[in-house]
Amino acid sequence: MKKIINDPETVVLDALRGMQAAHADLLTVHTDPPVVVRADAPVARKVAVISGGGSGHEPMHGGFVGRGMLDAACPGAVFTSPTPDQIASAVAKTDGGGGALLIVKNYTGDVLNFETGAELAAAEGVEVRSVVIDDDVAVKDSLYTAGRRGVGGTVLLEKIVGAAAERGIDLDGCEALARKVIGQVRSMGLALTACTVPHAGEPSFTLADDEMEIGIGIHGEPGRHRVKAGTADEMVRQLLDPIVEDLPFESGDRVLLFTNSMGGSPLIEMYLAHGIAENLLADRGITVERRLVGPYVTSLEMQGMSLTLLKLDDELVELWDAPVNTAALRWGV
Amino acid sequence: MTCTAEGVVSALRAAVAVVIAHRDELVRLDREIGDGDHGENMRRGFTALLSRLDSEPPATPGSALKLVATTLISTVGGAAGPLYGTAFLRAASAVGDATALDGPAVAKALRGALDGVVARGKAEVGDKTMVDALTPAVAAAEAAGDDMVAVLVAAADAADAGAESTVPLVARKGRASYLGERSADHLDPGARSTALLLRAFADAAQSDERAQR
Repeated sequence: MKKIINDPETVVLDALRGMQAAHADLLTVHTDPPVVVRADAPVARKVAVISGGGSGHEPMHGGFVGRGMLDAACPGAVFTSPTPDQIASAVAKTDGGGGALLIVKNYTGDVLNFETGAELAAAEGVEVRSVVIDDDVAVKDSLYTAGRRGVGGTVLLEKIVGAAAERGIDLDGCEALARKVIGQVRSMGLALTACTVPHAGEPSFTLADDEMEIGIGIHGEPGRHRVKAGTADEMVRQLLDPIVEDLPFESGDRVLLFTNSMGGSPLIEMYLAHGIAENLLADRGITVERRLVGPYVTSLEMQGMSLTLLKLDDELVELWDAPVNTAALRWGV
Repeated sequence: MTCTAEGVVSALRAAVAVVIAHRDELVRLDREIGDGDHGENMRRGFTALLSRLDSEPPATPGSALKLVATTLISTVGGAAGPLYGTAFLRAASAVGDATALDGPAVAKALRGALDGVVARGKAEVGDKTMVDALTPAVAAAEAAGDDMVAVLVAAADAADAGAESTVPLVARKGRASYLGERSADHLDPGARSTALLLRAFADAAQSDERAQR
């Protein structure tokens, strides 16, 4: 294992210290327990939008803390959900009297820890609501699994709900908006290589030189099936077809297309894949109105990509375009 | 024989040693069907427990179990943190303020732990989770009579068999469920860690008993 780290035990806190140094204007890093909070928190009367999850997906979630997006992010150990005390601490540090909306990705550990954290925060008298995002179409039957995972759609959800909260929309409104976004966003990913969790020291799975894993999650966990890696055209089609057919997205729909790198695949390949996806959507009569391309929901150094489609309407376009000032997303400021 | 706060603490110290010794095995099991963090999360939680047992020695079996619960909830993360945390919290409630636990009291604590895990995680027997180890352990404990050591040994034996029974199962809960059929032919890491903990408790109780003779 070759990594730019000192000690697997301290990798998350060491990275958080660097993040504080790099972005002191946007955020404040607390270390006991670890919570990344926007620099001007708490904002009076605003709904506090809070998320979190395992580390190793940077810039998610700490890179999305700032005006117009998240009020706080709770970083767990690498690929491990944060603990309830972190979540309660994030609520306490950001509650400005408008209540808190927790954005939880659908993984067993995340759901259990956020449930417990929400109970702790509610016991302190803060009105807390939670929404669970499960946009990964690779997981099929929710009756016999832990349900679909939360993946790339999380970024779009956090941006849109963050913009609404910044505008002064109340807790009921933010929660309803979040549920609407979750209902119309779908994603799927593939991996060309596995990744190595620092404390594990070995890759989470192995792929032959000519293989790829379709339907991976974002924690280095294996996907649904393994196939021969083909051309970019074939790869994009294998992600896009199941996404489009799932919702389904139909001719005449307006969408946001998010082409995401899992961390190890370079931007040149993301733009290449994005171009293909735009053409395939045009062939289906689906109009791409907004785009996001780059490494935003990563899985350490994994090579691979995911695609996310969000069905848009005027409300969502306006909230997407609203100003945002975070380490990873910044426009209109 | 019964188990006082001192006995619970020595069982917990034994559990810490077992978790640390089996960290790599749990990481390997979890890497096969999950994301490889279970062994490290358990090591982090139980290492934190060791320092809290040193700094805040508990006065009753119940307060010792509660200390385990709060420590694991705030340090483990993953699904195991809230699940084991809830298990120990319910076990603590089940024993109340008792100063010494006999066999039936231990069985009652284990029943409380199982109820807590099921309430929090909503898994059933056959889902390939820690419930597959804990459910037969509770049944065996409740049938094992009055002797505290016999109850723990029966629970540990049943948990071992229950953990082994997860090997052919297809996971229906937790991260392994994403693998579908590919999760079969693997030992569930959560069931394994549950069996390891119960074995550590039983071994500690047996060696305490020998020391007292």
